[in-house]
Amino acid sequence: MEFADTLNALVYLLNKGVLNAAKIGSIYALGAVGITLIFGILRFAHFAHGDMMTFGALSAFFGTLWLRQQGINIEPIPTGLLALPVAALVTVGLALLIDRSVYAHFRAQKSPPVVFVMTSIGVTFILQGVIRLIGGTGDRQFFFTLVENGERLREDKARLLFDFEWLSEHFDGFAQKIVITAPQLALFVFTAVALFGLHRFLTRTRLGKGMRAVSDNEDLARISGIDVGKVVLFTWIIGGTLAAIAGTLLAMDTQYKPILAFNLLLPMFAAAIMGGVGKPFGAVAGAFIVGLAETFAVFDWRVVYNFLVPDEMHAATALALVPAEYKLAVPFVILVLVLIWRPTGIFRGQVL
Amino acid sequence: MSLLLEARGLVGGYGELTILHGCDLTVEAGRISVIVGANGAGKSTAMKAIFGLLPLREGSITFAGEDIVGRTPQELVALGMGYVPQMANVFPTLQVEENLEMGAFIAPDRVARGLERVYSIFPALQEKRRQPAGELSGGQRQMVAVGRALMMEPQLLMLDEPTAGLSPKVMRDIFDIILKVNEADVGVLMVEQNARQALEIADTGFVLGTGRNLYVDTGEALLADPEVARSFLGKRD
Repeated sequence: MEFADTLNALVYLLNKGVLNAAKIGSIYALGAVGITLIFGILRFAHFAHGDMMTFGALSAFFGTLWLRQQGINIEPIPTGLLALPVAALVTVGLALLIDRSVYAHFRAQKSPPVVFVMTSIGVTFILQGVIRLIGGTGDRQFFFTLVENGERLREDKARLLFDFEWLSEHFDGFAQKIVITAPQLALFVFTAVALFGLHRFLTRTRLGKGMRAVSDNEDLARISGIDVGKVVLFTWIIGGTLAAIAGTLLAMDTQYKPILAFNLLLPMFAAAIMGGVGKPFGAVAGAFIVGLAETFAVFDWRVVYNFLVPDEMHAATALALVPAEYKLAVPFVILVLVLIWRPTGIFRGQVL
Repeated sequence: MSLLLEARGLVGGYGELTILHGCDLTVEAGRISVIVGANGAGKSTAMKAIFGLLPLREGSITFAGEDIVGRTPQELVALGMGYVPQMANVFPTLQVEENLEMGAFIAPDRVARGLERVYSIFPALQEKRRQPAGELSGGQRQMVAVGRALMMEPQLLMLDEPTAGLSPKVMRDIFDIILKVNEADVGVLMVEQNARQALEIADTGFVLGTGRNLYVDTGEALLADPEVARSFLGKRD
């Protein structure tokens, strides 16, 4: 075994393993923070959160289409990113519309939590229908070729390539690369900025502290004179914005599908509960733990293994702990284990 | 003497259950009124009804001459009332100072002055200002809860059993604090289990039973009344 192969193995692991885990962890984090805020403040499991993400992605897709038709294409910035602010606005609008027309009614009735949960499942089904009505049942690419007046206008996914030239010059046989696409880079930057901003908001501003106060004790918050209605409004604004960002960036990284984010619901809830309900930064930690666990459970170690062992010992079949089709079982198992051993989550959130 | 708070003929309760059967409660400006009575007499319920946390079926409530029936707690805070509930009266994950800030949520420009005032009354809180309130001792939590209600410089402070579950020493500290707050001309309406100690500092005492006024008099007179002493204060040693 040569040192170059060890390097090969490491860089491969970083590219296919750690980077993917960070990517999916970021998506989960943006969604789980919204879920945990809604859970903490409105006190119900918002199952429609995944479809709000899909709705955000769909809005961004139509925004991208419109921008491209206007001849706007500023490479290397993906057009989808330019459409993101509007998509976030539309998603927040949808969240507020749902809140005012559905959830507000049950709040006024002081309905028990189970009513809210059932309602949010109903909203989920309605949203899934609306998404298919507007966007159709097919997949959609964010990076497409627009044909206008017989002219083919391409938009390519810009990518950052790290080929470690210095390493390949010095170590014979080193040939690994790391590729980060523009949507992935945007995802990392947005996640970092959004979470930092959220932390500042929750710890430095009057309204942010008010949100934490409502999450702690709603009755006392009212007695103190805190405007709970305003707190609820901002919960949806933050949750909706983060959902739109996560949905759009995920769709840009892969593609838009009507079931884009519904499949993320389980891992996001696992992350929120693992971090402690009502604890946004617990949810972030939970999201990255779930992302890492999931990625490395289905990670095919064969390439890494083959780099590290002599040729005659090479593996020919996949070396994964869990077959890829059982990926969703990983967050499910995590969720079950957390609920058994530490139902308040690692950061001691509210008891469900 | 002008009445700061005047509640007359309160009738109300939870759902079908009527707990208040026409009791009257008043506080004179800058004075202390104490509500005592057996368990289930409606003491805490009356406080909640006054603070808009419980719909009233009958009765009138005025604060500084203004009708406040049906007002939300938020409006009452703006009018100059502060309420400290008996249980869960701090935000456990918020720092001490954040707890206090929440007391002036509706008027951010008053936070700085409010904090200065609260810290002058409770110097111990200033040292713990960055600590989550959930980590404090029972007495210190009570200080945070009272401090929060004082942030808007209310004319009336309502306290529901402020000494419940505290040791006799801490209980005396809390009574001292109430007297200190009252010295700044803040009216106090307080429900108290420790009837004797509470009546000692009361300008007016209300003895409630089944949601009605059984006795109303000065604290001193109630303490001297053999009837009251026998029924509600336990035997003197």
